[in-house]
Amino acid sequence: MKREDTVITCIACPNGCDIKVSFAEDGSIAKLEGYKCKNGITYATAEVTAPERILTSSVAVVGGEFKLASVKTSKPIPKGMMKDAVKALYSVKVNAPVKVGDVLVENILGTGADIVSTCVVEKV
Amino acid sequence: MDICIDKDLVIVGGGPAGLAAAITAKENGIDDIVIIERDKYAGGVLRQCIHDGFGLQMFGERLTGPEYAARYEEKAKELGIEIKLNTFVLDITGDKIVRTVSPDDGMVFYKAKAIVLAMGCREKSRPAIMLTGERPAGVYTAGLVQRLINIDGFVPGKEAVILGSGDIGLIMARRLTLEGVNVKAVYELMSYSSGLKRNIVQCLDDYGIPLYLDHTVVNIHGKDRVTGVTVAKVDEKKQPIPGTEEYVQCDMLVLSVGLIPENELSKGAGVELNPVTGGLFVDDNMSTNMDGVFACGNVVHVHDLVDFVTIESNNAGKCAADYIKGKKNEGEAIEVIPENGVRYVVPSTVHKNCDRKTADFMFRVGKVYKDARITVYDGDRLVRSFKKSILTPGEMEKIKLAQMDIDSASQLRIGIEE
Amino acid sequence: MYDIFIIGSGVSGGFIALELSKYDLKIAIAEKSLDPANGCSRANSGIVHGGYDPIPGTLKAKLNVRGTEMMLEMAERLHIDYDRCGAYVIAFGEDDDKKAYELYQRGLTNGVEHLSIVSGDELLKREPNISKDVTSALHSGTTGIISPYKMAIASTELACTNGVEFLRAHTVIGMEDMGDYIRIDTDKGVYEAKYVVNAAGVNSAKIARMLGDDSFDIIARKGEYLILDKSESGIVNSVIFQMPSKMGKGILVSPTIDGNVLLGPTSHNVDDMYDKSTTKDGIAEAIRGAKRSVPTVNERKLITMFAGVRSVPTTGDFVIGQSKANPRLFNVAGIESPGLTSSPAIAEYLVGIMKDCGIEMSTKKTYVMNRPAEKKPRLMSQADANALIAKEPAYGKIVCRCEQVTEGEILDAIRRPAGAVTVDGVKMRVRAGMGRCQGGFCTSRVIEILARELGVSQTEIRKQNEDSKMLYRTLREE
Repeated sequence: MKREDTVITCIACPNGCDIKVSFAEDGSIAKLEGYKCKNGITYATAEVTAPERILTSSVAVVGGEFKLASVKTSKPIPKGMMKDAVKALYSVKVNAPVKVGDVLVENILGTGADIVSTCVVEKV
Repeated sequence: MDICIDKDLVIVGGGPAGLAAAITAKENGIDDIVIIERDKYAGGVLRQCIHDGFGLQMFGERLTGPEYAARYEEKAKELGIEIKLNTFVLDITGDKIVRTVSPDDGMVFYKAKAIVLAMGCREKSRPAIMLTGERPAGVYTAGLVQRLINIDGFVPGKEAVILGSGDIGLIMARRLTLEGVNVKAVYELMSYSSGLKRNIVQCLDDYGIPLYLDHTVVNIHGKDRVTGVTVAKVDEKKQPIPGTEEYVQCDMLVLSVGLIPENELSKGAGVELNPVTGGLFVDDNMSTNMDGVFACGNVVHVHDLVDFVTIESNNAGKCAADYIKGKKNEGEAIEVIPENGVRYVVPSTVHKNCDRKTADFMFRVGKVYKDARITVYDGDRLVRSFKKSILTPGEMEKIKLAQMDIDSASQLRIGIEE
Repeated sequence: MYDIFIIGSGVSGGFIALELSKYDLKIAIAEKSLDPANGCSRANSGIVHGGYDPIPGTLKAKLNVRGTEMMLEMAERLHIDYDRCGAYVIAFGEDDDKKAYELYQRGLTNGVEHLSIVSGDELLKREPNISKDVTSALHSGTTGIISPYKMAIASTELACTNGVEFLRAHTVIGMEDMGDYIRIDTDKGVYEAKYVVNAAGVNSAKIARMLGDDSFDIIARKGEYLILDKSESGIVNSVIFQMPSKMGKGILVSPTIDGNVLLGPTSHNVDDMYDKSTTKDGIAEAIRGAKRSVPTVNERKLITMFAGVRSVPTTGDFVIGQSKANPRLFNVAGIESPGLTSSPAIAEYLVGIMKDCGIEMSTKKTYVMNRPAEKKPRLMSQADANALIAKEPAYGKIVCRCEQVTEGEILDAIRRPAGAVTVDGVKMRVRAGMGRCQGGFCTSRVIEILARELGVSQTEIRKQNEDSKMLYRTLREE
């Protein structure tokens, strides 16, 4: 099915090009306009096909020097799943110690991405 | 009689600037170093900046703030650099005595051969923008909201309005939204956002949060807790336009209205401040006007990316080490003067005849320019010019000049030509 | 059954409680807010006036002069800072010169000491930043500066040390004369007392009417102020007043006892007794007024703005004494300027009246005269600081970076009688959050300390009143 043409603001650099994306009848990208460099093509293509983001959030830690460990997804997850992924972290508890890179939740919501610690929380 | 501990190098602040300066000084042969950090952890504000996007310049990776900080903290630990946590600098005197206090050590005085000032910056708050109205609970700066959520683990409200489109405000718009807070809108006084483009897209556009340029909050309502704010459109002089007022219900107003270098200690010590930015005047060795007092990071000028803080701080650490070892830069120094839309330049003086190929100059512009040129003049002579498709106040600009160009100049004036 | 039930813990209620606590009486002081000093005592000019302004023969004149007399000793007993920095009432032109002289004469009639008239030239020598248009000034050597909220807090605290009960967050909603006693209905329960002291500030007329006393009314008059950074201290060395008018003492420029500079107040009657909002026009008016006296005032160095609502009595003078409508009611109402100055004298005067009315008062055997001083490591020698921190490590932990306030000071403020339970309560007692960053750094830390010390969740911590919770919920399941 043909998709409506859309405009993507590129975030690859401060230029912030507004890239117009036109689609073919089968839904594939027909034309990209308005980019100043190759990064624009890559970015706009990803945005209209499968927009994904790295999620960063927090997980509760029991018995640590801090109450929370900061975390991120091990790879980008679909943009539409960000809120649900955070909800899934609401009741998660891990025990101290936590190190950078520790996997705290595996395969969050079946995205294939793990929730990984980005900080150190020592045991107390 | 006060008891003083002698130290080669005292670094005030254990954030990214202080850690990098300490590591470089150590690598350049200085062993007797202490970092004074007021918080219970090193890494400074990075610890609460749990979002990613740090380290692209230094590591070619998109790290989160805590990860970026951890790399430098580990390195400092490996090198055996002493970090005094929970320790606060009360004052610094002209003869480089640093008075500190902590629960573990009490009041301790350090007599330093050299000092690196790396205190960072703080947020402007409500009075800085003359925001009148009631004084209820629920008016918080974006950085405080960030700390409350990411460190202390509390969501401070249910419905938020954000004033100012600085990066922390944008980042918090996303964080609050993901945690279930209804972020109604971001209002920006200026005609452009002072935040990075990627943050506007990823933090606002992704979640359908509107950004209203040329708008401001003119009144805060609520006697106990915020019940709403009045917003209005502003004219070219940034004055609210009568009749455009609108009431927006919310229980929280988040202020992201700018950062200001934290220089109270510097002022007390007698270090000269740049009245334009509240930052410090430094030369190309990151040396202040006071002999043996160096500075780096956001205490000198507010950076956009932490990577540049690290680069600048490495330089400060190296130069402080050289100073302690008795290597002084004897060459003639010339002035670097901002003009035509450039608000300030770091460094503000630069040495001639140095053993290096190029020197870096960092600055910010006062408004948005498209297809303009950065110009460097010596008198009427155009030394260099750099084409730029875009220049915005939200991003720090960086140019390199050949040492040759510096050697032959008597003064450098950096400006913008449209 | 209480002997005496005081309503309101501003400076009036606080000093009355303190004065009454000398005697063997069962006393309570009820406060609508969670911490003392949340009304006019929180937001006024903080001036201990000389006493040249009130009309001779009024209670204001008498109690002002007596209050100033008592203040040195009282500040010492309560361990609060007080500086008799002096004041100038400046005149612009001949008409003002005459008024300055009239004030001087009035001061002499009121029994005020250390008054003199100085020429414009002489004033410029003493206060070089004053407007060159000043033609003369009245100098008052006994005028001083003090923290008004510290006055209310310290007097309440010392009263509680001496056995007075502090009922925080108690709003009186009705009273009934039961013959032998008064029944006091509050939103937190019913109390009984033989006598009621009405020191309820802007609400005092409403309280009096609960016992059938409609002999006075209160007009709410708002004043807006600005506080400038400590970097501006020294712009004036003394309090600079303009000529007083019907609406009050005018806009002043004054050093504060904590080293900032105060500008204001404006003076406008308002309908809403609780209207403590600042306004664009009000702040602009305060700046304009301040610049008339001191043209070099730099409003860009502003660190906060606030407004207070003064209780202006319709009778023109303080309303102090036994109510004609009900002998069990004693009113202390309409305590506008010079109310702060007068507060210790008001307490002395009222207790005298109560005795004359036949209320029996026998002096207690043990009475604590002095409030212990706060310990401030930033001001201590290395040896003293280290001795303190070794014993109590919390005094080594700085919580408020701008004012360099330690956790030890905050804990002390919470643990004292009638101690702090709110963020603003901590702020008023130890200045955490009163510096140039206005709590950006310390707020989260103060909330954490309050919660830990009070044994509640951080989500229960308030800014000032019950409906002013700081945090909404925990981020993750506890």
